[in-house]
Amino acid sequence: MIRRLLQSAIVILAMSAIVFFGVNVVGDPVHMLINPEADQEDIEATIRALGLDRPISEQYWFFLKGIWSGDFGKSFIFGQPALQLILQRMPATMELAFAALFLAIFIGIPLGLYAGLKPESKASRGIMAVSILGFSLPTFWVGLVMIIVFAVELGWLPSTGRGDTATFLGMTSSFFTLDGLAHLCLPAFNLALLKISLVIRLTRAGTREAVHQDYIKFARAKGLSDRRIIGVHLLKNILIPVVTVLGLEFGSLIAFSVVTETIFAWPGMGKLLIESILVLDRPVIVAYLMIIVALFVVINLVVDIVYSLLDPRVRLRDQGA
Amino acid sequence: MTAESIQQAPDRDAERPVMPVPTEADETAAAVETPFRRFVSEFLESRLAMGAVFTLGAIILASILAPWITPQNPYDLAQVDILDGRLPPGSEAFSDYTMWLGSDGAGRDLYSAILFGLRISLVVGVSSALIAIAVGMSVGLLAAYVGGRVESIVMRIVDLQLSFPAALVALMLVALLGKGIDKIILALVVAQWAYYARTVRGSALVERSKEYVEAASSLGLSHARIMFRHILPNCLAPLIVVGTIQTAHAIALEATLSFLGVGLPQTEPSLGVLIANGFEYMLSGKYWISIFPGIALLITIVSINLVGDQLRDVLNPRLKR
Repeated sequence: MIRRLLQSAIVILAMSAIVFFGVNVVGDPVHMLINPEADQEDIEATIRALGLDRPISEQYWFFLKGIWSGDFGKSFIFGQPALQLILQRMPATMELAFAALFLAIFIGIPLGLYAGLKPESKASRGIMAVSILGFSLPTFWVGLVMIIVFAVELGWLPSTGRGDTATFLGMTSSFFTLDGLAHLCLPAFNLALLKISLVIRLTRAGTREAVHQDYIKFARAKGLSDRRIIGVHLLKNILIPVVTVLGLEFGSLIAFSVVTETIFAWPGMGKLLIESILVLDRPVIVAYLMIIVALFVVINLVVDIVYSLLDPRVRLRDQGA
Repeated sequence: MTAESIQQAPDRDAERPVMPVPTEADETAAAVETPFRRFVSEFLESRLAMGAVFTLGAIILASILAPWITPQNPYDLAQVDILDGRLPPGSEAFSDYTMWLGSDGAGRDLYSAILFGLRISLVVGVSSALIAIAVGMSVGLLAAYVGGRVESIVMRIVDLQLSFPAALVALMLVALLGKGIDKIILALVVAQWAYYARTVRGSALVERSKEYVEAASSLGLSHARIMFRHILPNCLAPLIVVGTIQTAHAIALEATLSFLGVGLPQTEPSLGVLIANGFEYMLSGKYWISIFPGIALLITIVSINLVGDQLRDVLNPRLKR
């Protein structure tokens, strides 16, 4: 457990080094950090102020100290601290990611169950074909088609922005207004598509394996209703891998929201990243990358722990191998 | 991308000891039905796969022949007329040919632009996949062959990288490196080598303990020769499968990055760049500028995936009929 924590800390440290040297060595930090309209005197003053005349190892040390106190520097564009800027945008991204996760679970599991229980039926084949498409189609392309169909041609749903938000139980979110929900619809579904396909496949594979297990046969022999067999005995057993994978995938939902947010002009941190890359707003880029890395490391850690709690066999296998 | 890794996750243990079939390189003894012929006939059993192969062939051919089968070189300014801008599909161009797919904002014929864009997309996707295969294969092979500490360090790095989605890794790299075709290829290689390393290492581990390797080493052959001439050919089957599917991923990833504006620059207009250019016209109902390049991208990706799926079925010894 402690080893695992230590490992995570090392990963974050390594990534900070990569990000730092990526910014400062691959590119010329003077060009990236200083306003191009500054004159020579200003440039030299800024170089000294930023410590760019010091040796690189010393600079890295300062960078680390800055991170430790949450200081990534100020955004060139907004003039606000980079970290604050990102944290402001974070709720919108989280909202999108949770909505997508919700869709993945409540669309993916029932469809996967159906496809697993009746693998030969036409509907199942249709479900599987759609899930293969869901895997192959690039997210941004599906988003475009969704905008054209639902927003431009049919005019049912709005395609840009976040809509009204309301505060409920101290949380400000667009979950609580109709307008907000309407705005959430397309982006959330777009982001969820890949995960829906994934959940369908996982659930179907799990179901097909589980229906031949003794405990299902036994439950059937006991004369339990189908509803109870499927809803209790089957579902309980296939949920373990699905939950684990979804946990791991939550990180990738946040990462992929970069694409979805850009298409649907959703004001989250992914869109902020792209905007920052386009205008070379380095402090924001660095802060975003570090936050995402930390997020991933934490998610992986939590999933590992939860998994070993859910399924004691995992620990045994680790020792055996 | 992540889908691939997760898909394998639940049965990773079953996947690991996969024995690659002896490929065409080894058995040439059977005179009537060589393994290669059997492979071809089995492959073509599926109509869908056959269609995919032909589609893919046509796409590659069309992109190679692009300058000769398009009415216009879309990047030769002398041939592009701004008056032809944003014409709907089927319009007559100023200089006497029909723009079957319409034209984009700058007056380029979309059909020509798509074929030229396909070239760039394919070159970026295929070359990054080839480099990533070379790197991943060597690392994986070396790890499996040398074993010990080298192996555990290499595989730890691989596992670590695979815990991040490839799209995120690539996005981070372009955020640090900036635009340009070489940088995109580098980003895609870094984002994908780990998949190949894991695949090759898995099958090389199985091969290493077989008698023929022992025989080769007792003959006094050099390590390099044993690794590349004896073990490697037997690990090719899974590598080909993963390689095919990862190439599709690489193409989709490049398109995604270019669409976000952080991939290829306007001077290298891949399909992703074309789609991005059309995005601004989309809300005003000029769907074709984005949609047609998207369909071309889609057909390419789906047909590569179908070919990859069929390869997996044919090359997988567990499914041998």
